Amino acid sequence: MPSRQGLNRATPYLFLAPAAAVALVGLVYPMLRSVWLSFHEWSIGTPPESARFVGLENYRWLLADDSFWISVGVTITFATAVVVLEVVLGVALALVLDRDLRGTSLFRTIFILPMMIAPIVVGLIWRFLYNEQFGPLSQALKALGLPGIPWLSSPDMALVSVIIADVWQWTPFIFILALAALQGLPASAIEAARIDGATRWQTTLYIKLPLIAPVIAVAALLRLIDAFKVLEVIYILTEGGPGLSTEILSLHIYKTAFVSQQLGRASALSNLLLLIVLVLTVLLVLARSLREGRAGKE
Amino acid sequence: MSGTATTGTATTRRATPLSYAVIVALAILSLGPILVMIATSLKTKPDIFSGSFSLIFMPTLENYRAVLGDSQNARYLTNSLIVATVSTGLTLVFGCMAAYAIVRFRFLGRDVVSGGTLLMRMVPPAVLTVPVFMIWTYELGLSNSLPGVILVYTAINLPFVIWILQSFIAQVPPALEEAARIDGANDFQVFFLVVLPMIKPGLAAAAIFTFRIAWNEFILALVLTNRFTRTMPVKVSLFINEHNIEWGQIMAIGTLIAVPPLVFTFLASRQIITGMTAGAVKG
Repeated sequence: MPSRQGLNRATPYLFLAPAAAVALVGLVYPMLRSVWLSFHEWSIGTPPESARFVGLENYRWLLADDSFWISVGVTITFATAVVVLEVVLGVALALVLDRDLRGTSLFRTIFILPMMIAPIVVGLIWRFLYNEQFGPLSQALKALGLPGIPWLSSPDMALVSVIIADVWQWTPFIFILALAALQGLPASAIEAARIDGATRWQTTLYIKLPLIAPVIAVAALLRLIDAFKVLEVIYILTEGGPGLSTEILSLHIYKTAFVSQQLGRASALSNLLLLIVLVLTVLLVLARSLREGRAGKE
Repeated sequence: MSGTATTGTATTRRATPLSYAVIVALAILSLGPILVMIATSLKTKPDIFSGSFSLIFMPTLENYRAVLGDSQNARYLTNSLIVATVSTGLTLVFGCMAAYAIVRFRFLGRDVVSGGTLLMRMVPPAVLTVPVFMIWTYELGLSNSLPGVILVYTAINLPFVIWILQSFIAQVPPALEEAARIDGANDFQVFFLVVLPMIKPGLAAAAIFTFRIAWNEFILALVLTNRFTRTMPVKVSLFINEHNIEWGQIMAIGTLIAVPPLVFTFLASRQIITGMTAGAVKG
């Protein structure tokens, strides 16, 4: 596209330079440092040069550590539960509400509010709602004559409560994307099915869902990757407890590093989490190119 | 024949009372918890701890007076504002330049930059806490300073901004740029005077997302700040782990943190939804 040589050859690099400089200092170098640190033992308060090389010791220790595997289990349970619930609820609601409703833009604005609020504030809100003495949820149960629920104090329930908070905040994301996809479907395909005598259910199951599936797959993967970033809501609600019942990996990294002060081990943990996210990202790219491939054929 | 088909489609798309009931119920579910926070922030202590939660009470600004009267909080609120505003500005300027280079130029390393951008976007902030803490403290002398927080926020937001702006820049007709070049504009003039004004909606969406992430961010700020440079989310996390939780004041702080993103949402919900959809569909 550039017509003149000389300056033009350097232009893209000049445009990239500031962003590249910031990304190198703030992202690339820290991640390389994290790999370096994962092979060392280093304690806060001493210069990094004094760190001791320990080879694969940090990784070996991690893989033998029960709390690591518990945290992996919590993370997988949490991530799977939120993605499945959010996708099922979000898509179901989009199918039900794919109609010419009045006031759609106002409703959509209301639905994105929970996503815009700071995760730390979402944590505060739900910690108040879950309060067993004066929280609105407990009081509602009491008013209905039902027994109280140990929202955050029982290990089994705490994970469920944390999942509920995430589903509250992020189901609208899937809903809005699914609704946009449904409303972008060619009316002709749906009409043709109708004329051929397809019932409402058949149209939904065999026409609409397959057509929006690629968008949903991408949205679900984005949510899955985000689920591995979750930290604040759980930090405020339970701090990972009771016991380790809600200690998701990113919280486990923070605690290993800044509570137990085992920075080498925390780095090894960070790298493993990064590896998981990397694999998911590759899947995301594949899902996208699959979707584009299909769109191209149509 | 076509007449009946059209009627059929129109019937199935028509809103029923049930669909309105569902959408109103959803709106209440979304808004309810936020309203509970705002209501609690306007309540006196006895009202909060009385046996029954109610939305009918005598509102008081006492909690806000207590929170904002505390000079520490005023400082943390200012820190939050500075960090979010400056990092948003830097991210936007650097991000749109980089996005332009990726979309409009063929150059060596373009694929690496483009793929790297997507990967960087997915990095969980918790993964950065240890190395950034180490580098900022022992190598760059940036820990406990606002510039240190601004730098890391700019870094984590850049990939997202570059990615979202690419789709907007791709939509600018290249003919416009060519015309400006023929008139003698250089590459930088073309970018700042022709391209930027055309992607204002994209910049607005990117600005909102970036500001929101920087304003809301917690874990990196927790690790990189001290009692002078703390931001509001860090303050509230320390406040809630005290023994006697002052729920009224906590909810007042929560509301203060929530206000800017909520206002943006009402002002620019269309841009936000465009950004969200573009983010999930393209890239």
